[in-house]
Amino acid sequence: MSKINWSAYACKGFYDELMARPGVPHPAAEMLCDYLAELGGRELAELKNASEVAIQVMGITFTVYSEGNMIDRAWPFDIVPRIIPLDEWQRTEAGLKQRVEALNMFINDLYHEQKIIRDKVFPAEVLAHSANFRKQCVGINPPNNVWAHICGSDLVRDIDGTLYVLEDNLRVPSGVSYMLENRNVTKRILPELFATGKIQPVDDYTGQLYDMLASMSPRPGDDPQIVVMTPGIYNSAYFEHSYLAQQMGVELVEGSDLVVDDDDVVHMLTVNGLKRVDVIYRRVDDLFLDPEVFHPESTLGVPGLMRAWRSGKVALVNAPGAGVADDKVVYAFVPEIIRYYLDQEPLLANVPSYLCMREDDRRYVLDHLHELVVKPANESGGYGMLVGPHSTKKEREKFAELIKADPRNYMAQPTLKLSTTPTLIDDQLEPRHVDLRPFILSGKDSTYVTTGGLTRVALTKGSLVVNSSQGGGSKDTWIVDLN
Amino acid sequence: MLSRVAENIYWLARYLERAEDTARLINVTSNLLLDFPRTTRLDWDSLVTITGAEELFDEHYETRSADNVLNFLCVDLHYSGSIISSLESARENLRTTRDIMPREVWEELNTLYLDTLKQVEAGITSRKRDAFLKRVIRSCQAINGLIEGSLSHTQVHTFLMLGRNLERADMTTRIIDVRSANLLPRSPDDLTPFENLQWMSVLKSLTGYQMYRQQVRLRVRGPDVLRFLLQDEFFPRAVASCLGQLSFELEDLPRHEEVQALVDDLLPRLVNANMEKMAHTPDLLHDFVDTLQISFNELHQAIADHYFSGEYRGQTQTQSSVA
Repeated sequence: MSKINWSAYACKGFYDELMARPGVPHPAAEMLCDYLAELGGRELAELKNASEVAIQVMGITFTVYSEGNMIDRAWPFDIVPRIIPLDEWQRTEAGLKQRVEALNMFINDLYHEQKIIRDKVFPAEVLAHSANFRKQCVGINPPNNVWAHICGSDLVRDIDGTLYVLEDNLRVPSGVSYMLENRNVTKRILPELFATGKIQPVDDYTGQLYDMLASMSPRPGDDPQIVVMTPGIYNSAYFEHSYLAQQMGVELVEGSDLVVDDDDVVHMLTVNGLKRVDVIYRRVDDLFLDPEVFHPESTLGVPGLMRAWRSGKVALVNAPGAGVADDKVVYAFVPEIIRYYLDQEPLLANVPSYLCMREDDRRYVLDHLHELVVKPANESGGYGMLVGPHSTKKEREKFAELIKADPRNYMAQPTLKLSTTPTLIDDQLEPRHVDLRPFILSGKDSTYVTTGGLTRVALTKGSLVVNSSQGGGSKDTWIVDLN
Repeated sequence: MLSRVAENIYWLARYLERAEDTARLINVTSNLLLDFPRTTRLDWDSLVTITGAEELFDEHYETRSADNVLNFLCVDLHYSGSIISSLESARENLRTTRDIMPREVWEELNTLYLDTLKQVEAGITSRKRDAFLKRVIRSCQAINGLIEGSLSHTQVHTFLMLGRNLERADMTTRIIDVRSANLLPRSPDDLTPFENLQWMSVLKSLTGYQMYRQQVRLRVRGPDVLRFLLQDEFFPRAVASCLGQLSFELEDLPRHEEVQALVDDLLPRLVNANMEKMAHTPDLLHDFVDTLQISFNELHQAIADHYFSGEYRGQTQTQSSVA
């Protein structure tokens, strides 16, 4: 079995996260590439096996449905880490903090005076057609005016090496448990590299999360009672819900475990009777939270929960209605939102976007469907999209009709040349496209960004779809300090 | 501890116990049948009677042949008390409580369930029967062992023990009820030559034969066996012993007085019952077993009302119980 030959690694045509050009790694990736170059295909396969055993033993799974059955699949993991130098990461981190700060001010404004609309920076029309604006939240003051306590922003890198924000997930972003577990697996299989001390640790996330949640408690001073609320074991992210509850040492509850009393106080039902709850990290969508206010037939939620939240007796994280900023049309306005609220230039770039509600943009989009990516405003998980260069004429015609019928619901972006990174395919390293999802925690008086984040990789050659439900995998992400 | 979690743990224990006891019952019956002449009344039919699911059986099967009964009890997913259904329910209950149970318990149960599922596809034949049943019993015991060896004695443990002991008591009375209907003579002189063998089988299905021999030291006779299985306080599958254990576990729970009062009321009725008389009057025994089972249901309901939050949410949802 031959050794890894980096000169033969075909990374032309894209920015590669590890290799500056064939045979020459980026400075931060040198130590990893040198280490891997010493190995042959057989050793790599052994490392891969070791990672699979570790994943099985650690019980890292995600849930998929197939023919009406629920299946726990082992988490698809690639052993070759993705590397970002510390100085670049620090700039990115600052940009993410700036972005989330502005987004929280934006959400708070929308549910209060709506100054940004009065000042004609943000069109009333966009808000009027927002699927995630909750009129039930108007006038509410969540602690410290934080609405999006936990944000998962997706970053991608284009051919020139620029990092762009692709979207901000402000509802119930998932993936952080896999970020943590990927690191645990990598430490087991590449311990020598961690011994250098250059790889920044990631594992203080759950501690930070706990502190942030505790800071939201309406009863400061007391030992706050925090719970994680899950829709249940049939949810695809149940592993994560259970993992986070366990790591923080708090109860994992379902809607049926909670009751709201006549004084709007939330309790959980325990063997010892009722126990007051202060902070709910809810992983249940807005519309299922409270059948008194939203879907009356929802059995996942808790009748009266919104009442309790409105009267300040319990903190909901993220706040209901935070998803209003999690909209691909709103996304296009984020640079303006940052300038408006913070009076600063955005530190992180937005992907140029065409809004079909604007006549000029719409005309351009309809004329250039074959080269654009078209996205509906409120879908997630990569569904309902048109990838122009990979589309058929029939699909483009269908999208043209969809856009004309509901222009507010569509936006388009140029097809980015997503960066690649070496990925083990059989016993060879081949370039595969990746993105990055860091998580940002906004607490009472501090903001925390994960060190790196979850790198997702499209395992199919040439594919840009990184979602685990659609054949994506993931990697450990190293922030490497060169000094 | 969350009420929902307590409920899941309790049912996990009940389903596991049910799977094991069903396997034991089939195992002993099939061994017994090998020893019997074809003319005796004893047959596979009685096993269906024990389950109380005769209607369901007749819906799905033409005859009560050995193979049909075996399939029904072991691998039929239509029947909620079959081994496979019990394991499936146990696994679903454990799935939501995985994080509080030792990891090995999940691994053992999951493997047992997946292997049993393979049997469902392959069908169960007389030749594979023994190995299959032994596997189920062994795995259930392994799980009990893992629990004893690695689970702290917190409320989680308490609810496991409540579920296990109530189910065990219930299964023991079921076995006594049906077996004795076949076995007890209508008149004391009317002894069949196989009576002794059959009472031995009742004991064996509860792994009580050895313990009976050591403790009772008499030949195997109806009244003594009944006394042993219902009233003995040392044999872990005897009803009185299960109830004693239940009462002991209840002590650890808050607001246990009302629930415990039910046990305190039931135990003396059980221990003071006249077995000699019942052994000679099958109808009397049957009525007695009936009252016991009603008491078990009341006990279950009291546990559910007190700890599974029935008092806050109205009716507690109960999972299927054999009845």
